[in-house]
Amino acid sequence: MTNSVEGRIPDSIKGYEEIRNYLEPFEKGPTGRKAGPLLKQVKPGENKVLENIEEAIIKSGLKDGMTISFHHHFRNGDYVTNMVMNKIAEMGFKNISIAPSSLTTVHEVLLTHVESGVITNIYTSGVRGKLAEAISNGIMENPVVIRSHGGRGRAIEAGEIKIDIAFLGVPSSDEYGNASGRGSKTICGSLGYARVDAEYADTVVLVTDDLVAYPNFPASISQTKVDYVVKVDSIGDVKGIASGATRYTKNPKELLIAQNACKVIVNSGYFKNGFSFQTGSGGSSLAVTRFLKEEMKSKGVKAAFALGGITKPMVELHEEGFIDNLFDTQTFDIDSCQSIIRNPNHHEIDACMYANPHNKGCIANKLDVVILSALEIDTDFNVNVITGSDGVIRGASGGHSDTAAASSLSIIVAPLVRGRIPTVVDRVNTVITPGETVDVLVTERGIAINPRRTDLIERLKDKGLPITTVEELSNMAKDIVGKPKTIQYTDKIVAVVEYRDGSIIDVIRQVK
Amino acid sequence: MGKRLRRTMLYVPGSNPSMLADAHIYGADSLMFDLEDSISLLEKDSARLLVYNAIKSIDYGETEIVVRINGLDTPYGQSDIEAMVRAGADVIRLPKTGTAQDVIDVEKVIEDIEIKIGKPVGTTKMMGAIESPLGVINAMEIATASPRMIGIALGAEDFVTNMKTKRSPEGVELLYARSKILIAARAAGIYALDTVFSNVNDEEGFRNEVKLIKQLGFDGKSIINPRQIAPVHEIYTPTQKEIEDAKQVIRAIEEAEEKGLGVISVNGKMVDKPIVERAERILELANVSTV
Amino acid sequence: MKMKIVKTGMSGTMESSDINIVIEKGHEAGIKIHLQSSVEKQFGAQIKSVILETLGEMKVNDVVVRAVDRGALDCTIRARVQSAVMRAVKKENDMDWGIL
Repeated sequence: MTNSVEGRIPDSIKGYEEIRNYLEPFEKGPTGRKAGPLLKQVKPGENKVLENIEEAIIKSGLKDGMTISFHHHFRNGDYVTNMVMNKIAEMGFKNISIAPSSLTTVHEVLLTHVESGVITNIYTSGVRGKLAEAISNGIMENPVVIRSHGGRGRAIEAGEIKIDIAFLGVPSSDEYGNASGRGSKTICGSLGYARVDAEYADTVVLVTDDLVAYPNFPASISQTKVDYVVKVDSIGDVKGIASGATRYTKNPKELLIAQNACKVIVNSGYFKNGFSFQTGSGGSSLAVTRFLKEEMKSKGVKAAFALGGITKPMVELHEEGFIDNLFDTQTFDIDSCQSIIRNPNHHEIDACMYANPHNKGCIANKLDVVILSALEIDTDFNVNVITGSDGVIRGASGGHSDTAAASSLSIIVAPLVRGRIPTVVDRVNTVITPGETVDVLVTERGIAINPRRTDLIERLKDKGLPITTVEELSNMAKDIVGKPKTIQYTDKIVAVVEYRDGSIIDVIRQVK
Repeated sequence: MGKRLRRTMLYVPGSNPSMLADAHIYGADSLMFDLEDSISLLEKDSARLLVYNAIKSIDYGETEIVVRINGLDTPYGQSDIEAMVRAGADVIRLPKTGTAQDVIDVEKVIEDIEIKIGKPVGTTKMMGAIESPLGVINAMEIATASPRMIGIALGAEDFVTNMKTKRSPEGVELLYARSKILIAARAAGIYALDTVFSNVNDEEGFRNEVKLIKQLGFDGKSIINPRQIAPVHEIYTPTQKEIEDAKQVIRAIEEAEEKGLGVISVNGKMVDKPIVERAERILELANVSTV
Repeated sequence: MKMKIVKTGMSGTMESSDINIVIEKGHEAGIKIHLQSSVEKQFGAQIKSVILETLGEMKVNDVVVRAVDRGALDCTIRARVQSAVMRAVKKENDMDWGIL
């Protein structure tokens, strides 16, 4: 079997009894039955509202060695994860596994709980800041497990992540646990990642700062899943939860990349009435949406849906009639948060509906075009979005490998070099998304098409696009910045990267 | 006169390493590295060295490299010229050119350096920015002051101040200067370049100005942001019909020459020399701008 | 031309893609480089060798170089070292270009 990640995975990894190597995108299928939470009963007249976090921890029966989960819908404004972990540490628990849907820089204070042995396992999409640096420097005994958004949903449904208690921050909830992404103090839009935790955790604790009268409908999380509701002073910093007005980039390099990416889409054969697309929240990605709008206008093309993290430019297209449906797992800015309340066809979806490869069909399977970013991409088209060029963890897997594999056309937009750091390299430090699922790379100095896609090579030629090869781009990068020294690692594995199907696609080692 | 297009001359401050590294990727016909007005007096030396090293080591491909130097009446002009001739800049752009003597003085310095370093004399080209009423009056003398001159450009900001007015969207205050510079350039057989348009966010105003100067006959425009490149190239790109008509003219003329015919006509219109030249110009413009 | 360091010469900024170079007279023989770089792991050795090479071309000895790098390309490093040296010898606008 040959694939683009050959030779990256060791024979044994601490904490893994049997290593199942990644072979190809859809080789490993599901077996067995879905996992399920404990059956429970709440009788008439019983009360779910608790005094504080401490009481919730006691009532939910937390013990050393258990697994608890959080979500990252509050992004850098999240107070809940740190609040709960501080209380757990204060109460003297040890050896806790945490399974947040992702971690951002606001969570770097969890480092103290890792140092003191309160947290001994982390399963997440990403890690950033000081915590990420410490992990890369080998602070944890057990490797962190990195999963994609779809892969996390799959692992929870398959029982590979068994959540004992989910602590879920919600902008509003009633006394019975009907929770919503809209609250009087904060607003976060979709609760798509949290919904999976609510469905499968044995105990579900909602943490809110807006306890409203029953019934709080429409609800993202339903009362039938919720054990307890805790009211706190504040669940998060409004500014960090949803950024204000999304500003279009004026960076000419990002605009150039976006313009080229847009031309690729328009000439790809997928750009026709009823098509679908997903873009990220980075500068180039947002700009692609804007250029695409002009093309949709002038060519009279409408999209059936847009998917993923939803941003203002997509909301605008939706409201102007260019996109029929928005499928939203994560809502990035204030305008989009308001849109999900206001627009009936702006739909909240959970992580499994979004991208789980082992169910009866996720929406990503129906996706035509996805625009993705990269920290590094190599000459096999493997993409790294987790470690920096210094080998240190600093990003997140996200929906990258999910949408690349499931969509018909995956386009990576990235500058050829960032300052002195090359993006296009011979070999990425870490593979998150395998090259066989990546179709086109768009940089400011040229576009490379994966040789596997002979159909695209044919369709995109003679369209006035600066088409070249990925090897040529890699050489160009070397000519500009020189050849970086290979990063030195120890043998210790600090993180395991799971592919969306649960096989292992790469490991991250401790940096020297 | 070469066939090089100079529709866009992108202004790049010589003190910014990151812009010097990739200013050419946006597709401007020429880059103008600035050592003059955008550089503070304390950084003249360091900008000069940044630009010197950038030109020597960065592969700018086919893009023409122009450097705007400080005048010889400053403590920096002499060193600027020496550094840029040594680095291999294609064109030295003189600021505030008022008289033919300004051109001759700079040419002398260039020539001395070319001889000193063993570079074929005449390799380094020159262009002059005309930014004063005196320069406008002397446009013809400036344009013809040296065989190194490849073009003259209008610098309108200083000019309108000298004229006791300011710039307007319609540009009526620049009409005489533009016309004078253009006629001088055409008489001298060199390029004519228009001044910058400073409000990068006013795309409509910019487009109107580009249409105006194209209609007047300018070869192109100095620009201050990569975002201004696409509109200029778009406006300068001939329409499909213009290209087809031009091809028809060229075909007809070739056939006529083969058959030894003198006077020819296309679609009932007589084709004479100016029409042929216009057709050739359209095909030149179309050739590079197959966007 | 004799390269006599008469004062501390500084050039460059702390902006990304730039390098700030400070050159001082050294108390010991030889060249001492203190480098701090955002790309130290990948390019630290390369940056130091460009600094040394540039000083060598200019025949500068016995100096202390403090460099704070934010991902500058080699040509930028050379330019900043050259102008820091010329400032240190107080000949920044009176340069003998033959030495480069």
